[in-house]
Amino acid sequence: MDVINAMQPDIWASLPDEVPSWVTHKRNKQSVERTLNWLDSCISLKKDGMESGLGCIVGGNSVEERGFCAQEVAKRDVSGFCLSGFGLGESAEERGLLLEAIMKNLPDEKARQISGLDLPEEVLQAVSAGIDVFDSTYPHSLTMSGLAMVFPLDMEECLSGRTSENANDVGSDFTKINLRAVAYRNDTSPILESCRCYTCSKHTKAYINHLLNTHEMLAQTLLDIHNTHHYMNFFQAIRNAIQGGYFADFKAWFASRRQAVNEGILVSSAA
Amino acid sequence: MHSLSKAIITGSCYRAQVARSAALRKCIPSTDTLHNQADQTMALQFEVLARFNRARASRLTLPHSQCETPLFMPVGTQGTIKGLTSTQLEDIGCQIILGNTYHLALRPGADLIDELGGLHSFMNWPRSLLTDSGGFQMVSLLHLADITEEGVTFQSPVDGKPMLLTPEESIAIQNKIGADIIMALDDVVKTTTTGPRVEEAMHRTLRWIKRCINAHKRPTEQNLFGIVQGGLDPQLRDTCVKGMVALDLPGYAIGGLAGGEEKDSFWRVVAQCTAGLPEDKPRYVMGVGFPLDIVVCSALGADMYDCVYPTRTARFGTALVPEGVLKLKHASMAADFRPLDETCSCMVCKRYTRSYLHSLVTKEAMGSQLVSYHNVAYMMKLSRDLHHSILEGRFPEFVQGFLRKQFPQGDVPEWVCNAMEVAGIDISMCCAPLK
Repeated sequence: MDVINAMQPDIWASLPDEVPSWVTHKRNKQSVERTLNWLDSCISLKKDGMESGLGCIVGGNSVEERGFCAQEVAKRDVSGFCLSGFGLGESAEERGLLLEAIMKNLPDEKARQISGLDLPEEVLQAVSAGIDVFDSTYPHSLTMSGLAMVFPLDMEECLSGRTSENANDVGSDFTKINLRAVAYRNDTSPILESCRCYTCSKHTKAYINHLLNTHEMLAQTLLDIHNTHHYMNFFQAIRNAIQGGYFADFKAWFASRRQAVNEGILVSSAA
Repeated sequence: MHSLSKAIITGSCYRAQVARSAALRKCIPSTDTLHNQADQTMALQFEVLARFNRARASRLTLPHSQCETPLFMPVGTQGTIKGLTSTQLEDIGCQIILGNTYHLALRPGADLIDELGGLHSFMNWPRSLLTDSGGFQMVSLLHLADITEEGVTFQSPVDGKPMLLTPEESIAIQNKIGADIIMALDDVVKTTTTGPRVEEAMHRTLRWIKRCINAHKRPTEQNLFGIVQGGLDPQLRDTCVKGMVALDLPGYAIGGLAGGEEKDSFWRVVAQCTAGLPEDKPRYVMGVGFPLDIVVCSALGADMYDCVYPTRTARFGTALVPEGVLKLKHASMAADFRPLDETCSCMVCKRYTRSYLHSLVTKEAMGSQLVSYHNVAYMMKLSRDLHHSILEGRFPEFVQGFLRKQFPQGDVPEWVCNAMEVAGIDISMCCAPLK
């Protein structure tokens, strides 16, 4: 709390005792008790005049512990909730059950944040369950691997059957393309035709391919700009879908495109 | 030397008076303009707008942009200035940037660049580009590079195969890359070299420039500059200057310097070459460098400079400021909440403190990017200050102010004093009295 009090953030979260999904039941219970104690300490050490923080909810893979922890945290003076310990080895099905167990114990009017979920499908699942805020390093970790995000955001986009037999061979798929691949050496198109970010308005895949191969710093700058921009647009598309009343369709459409690519019916836009 | 410099000062004072009144009137075209307007087929126009003694403020018009000299050109070795975007470079005011032929020919390759429409198109840089010949990198980077009359033989760094860079091949590659200014392949020797090798290199450079001219396929779009060599020997330099001038090239470079030679030798070579090169063509001192060196060379009549120093030193956490340099890694920077340079209006100085940059440099890419941004902005400001102070008839005042900031104790190096005497600029008020 010394650090948080010194930094004066707009939002802060209490310190959780986060454990992965495979720990023993005893360790899991201990993490819940400890997290609640630490939450109480954080609240009492908070500087006067600073906003209340987010209370962290742990409980590993146990539906009971998750539910119990959520109930207890909801009783404290918190401005919202931080769901910890996800994206650490649980399956999508397990995650769904855990989120449900937590959400039914949380008040509707307070914000819910989750850490550690990256992939678009994971985000969509969490939004369905009632999550409001996400933080992740997904755009940047793609950048560091020389990958650019390309999944479509617009349900009306024409699904043409362009041939691209070797798209998967070069590490590209429905979500991302591998710009280090020789295939892009003389590709004068932008990463994504429909993208309005700085990188896509000004530069080609060929140039980024060159920057990556020569280990130039500008590669990271240009990819970070595009990946962050695209991911933010994804969240805008989610908000639009919710406000427009078609979020369920949007989620289903997204899953069906992925499925179609996996089954080879549709080829990825990496063509 | 004493009587010679006296004569130069006397002659220059008269010209200085003429220059000052011309600058005040500003609208009288010099004979240089008339000469250039007559030659429409050149891909370059150079118009001297004002002078102070040997220093000139000029307008350089290239196919892709119009520039004001004196100017500094940042080096974008592999088709990028490390960490800075094209838009940032435009915002900072860069007009010309360099690409290295050796590196670009290796990756991504000259044919690919050509296929994709040239380097301007490939990196999306709308303003001017200059490429060097590739020779210098080869000689300095490759252990087994060997120079013969044919060209530079070396081992390919990719697969070890023996390869040969001839003047013809260098020009062919540069024609494909498509820069506004291209450099002749020269036989460059280290300034610390002595003996017959220096003379051999100078003569070979003169033979190679002719081969470069013959091989040049795009003279109406790209300007081939010749490079004056000759080591530190005034007679060799003189021969080379005369040989180059006779070829009536669009511009000339002074090469073979900035390699560790004594500063006192360095400025004398620059002074000799600028005195011998034509008034109405740009003069480019390659590999310079430090702000102080640029001010001195401009006073002696040079117009263009390039160096990796501002961007490289940024990556090591050193910022350029009027007082000299700021070592951001130093512990004293940790709690220094001032901007890098209070007189600088660049984005970095407007938004960030020394303390924040201290925490970033050498650890985060952004540290390199921010300090590089400022350092390049600093060099652009220096270029503008040089141009405008000459144009507005206050060049000596600018030089005096510059030296006072860099040497507040008055310990201006002797070589600078010697050079300024020849340049006809009084800096006695900047120097502490000799003990």
